[in-house]
Amino acid sequence: MTVTEAPVAIRGSNPPVRRGRGTFRSRVLVPYAMLAPGIILFVAFMAAPIVYTLFLSFQKTKVSGLGLGSGARSTVFAGIDNYVTTLTNTEFGASVGRVLVYGFILIPLMLGLALLFALLLDSRRTRAAGFSRTAIFLPYAVPAVISSLLWGFLYLPAVSPFYFVFDKLGWDVPSLLSSGGVTFAIANIALWGGVGFNMIVMYTSLKSVPSDIYEAAKLDGASEIQIALRIKIPIIAPAIVMTALFSMVATLQVFAEPTTLRPLTNSLSTSWSPLMLVYRDAFTRDDIYSAAATSIVIALVTFAFSFLFLRVVQKRAFGQED
Amino acid sequence: MTTTLVPTRPDRSLRKAERASARTFRQKASPVSTGILIIGAIYCLFPVFWVLMASSKDSSELFSTFTLMPSTHLWDNIVELSQYRDGLFWRWVLNTAIYAGVGALASTWISAISGYVLAKFEFPGKKVVFSILLMGVLVPGVILAIPQYFLLAEVGLTNTMWSVLLPQIISPYGIYLARIYAAASVPTEVIEASRTEGAGELYIFNRIVLPMMGPGLVTIFLFQFVAVWNNFMLPYIMLGDDQLFPVTVGLSGLLNQGASAPSMYTLVITGALLSIIPLIILFLVLQRYWKVDLAAGAVKA
Repeated sequence: MTVTEAPVAIRGSNPPVRRGRGTFRSRVLVPYAMLAPGIILFVAFMAAPIVYTLFLSFQKTKVSGLGLGSGARSTVFAGIDNYVTTLTNTEFGASVGRVLVYGFILIPLMLGLALLFALLLDSRRTRAAGFSRTAIFLPYAVPAVISSLLWGFLYLPAVSPFYFVFDKLGWDVPSLLSSGGVTFAIANIALWGGVGFNMIVMYTSLKSVPSDIYEAAKLDGASEIQIALRIKIPIIAPAIVMTALFSMVATLQVFAEPTTLRPLTNSLSTSWSPLMLVYRDAFTRDDIYSAAATSIVIALVTFAFSFLFLRVVQKRAFGQED
Repeated sequence: MTTTLVPTRPDRSLRKAERASARTFRQKASPVSTGILIIGAIYCLFPVFWVLMASSKDSSELFSTFTLMPSTHLWDNIVELSQYRDGLFWRWVLNTAIYAGVGALASTWISAISGYVLAKFEFPGKKVVFSILLMGVLVPGVILAIPQYFLLAEVGLTNTMWSVLLPQIISPYGIYLARIYAAASVPTEVIEASRTEGAGELYIFNRIVLPMMGPGLVTIFLFQFVAVWNNFMLPYIMLGDDQLFPVTVGLSGLLNQGASAPSMYTLVITGALLSIIPLIILFLVLQRYWKVDLAAGAVKA
């Protein structure tokens, strides 16, 4: 911003910028009126739900007497009871554990492949790069429910071409829909949907690096692989950090893939991921108070990542601008 | 490039060297790197190819013939899907177009005006507003879905189209991107000049600033379109009436019924094919906007 304003002041050919000298109306009311739709929606659909969840998470239903009659159930302040219940709930612990395993399989694989593909796309020795880039990015257009549906059928031994091949070869490969394989099955769906997007983020970041840096390194006798490892990866490190943070947050929220796969397998419980547990508590068990407390715990962990992200973003983007 | 190439090829004419130094110049092809990318491409295209083959089979062939072998029943399946409960599937497609299309358009306009104000106006509280909005970037929409349900239930809006549309119009990431685009593409002189000529602020924004932010706004629109189209949990929670479902929730419900009625599987597969085709076309047509403008977002991020 300062960059675009400076020449005006120096050239003096335009009328001076009125900044800071306008009336109260133009200085305060106009910008806030224009921000109003955004602020109202933010408050109504982001801030208010968070506050409301916090409020719910400190309450519980009190049943007096035998719990009969309309006055027998009342809502009372619960203190941190719901949080204690959540944190000591073995189902919650188990779902967090499953999602951690899922994340440890998915994130390194997805970001590693995305980085590899981005570096290969950036290499001048790669052919058919346009086709590959489009094809790898394409699954991003397919929503998680539909990709889970497609892969879900491909996992069924009766349909899958892989099992057809394994069968012909006489191998006995356990189904990915068995309890041992289902984590890999879901990780593969997320990998398929996410690798292209992360590749594009890293690739655009690579493209913004001036190529004379590489030319200088090449003159010094560095090989393509050395340039990739020593120059390209360090330069795009912030983009990699960003994709990693986004992926971690997405991992904590996994919901659509396991929910869609459930009809096809017996190895996915209704509390497979933390959010499925929240959904079950809130809607199947009608226990919105402990569902609220569990949401807050998940949100706090996510917020920890958000603040990390904020620090990275502000250092990179707004350090010079503000 | 020019500086390094010209000295290494002194035997060529200057004209040739210039051409070689242009982007058309290519080094020796590497089969390994090309091959790895092609394998990645095949992995990514494979399920799409499979669904194309599978949707041409009738329900007995689905589990009995080789999975990648096409059959002749594609049109029958489309007809059957269209007749399912008086065209419910097409109703879902229309609903999806409304949720994702209208929702993303509204979201883009609000992101644009908010980003523009945050980039180009000085006013008290600006830093606070921006910081709070930025904190919203990583607040997962999915975690908000359940409390949003309870809040909307209080005002009687659950199980309406509004319950899916409204919560997805606010996009902190869209505002963040719009702020970057506005700062980069809208010259302050133009705004000042329009003000001097007496143009109102909304007129300036809609007629002058919006067109300048054009390509960036397409990116925000695409991001939001994909986000809405991808958000399964919100409509899954909010809607009980299957006439209001988007395609994703509808197909997931059909798959559930398939457990007891396997003939449903053919409908689900055909529905999956029909619903990804328009998306894939949209992606291919608008691809350059991903290429160009993710850069603007990603570089600064």
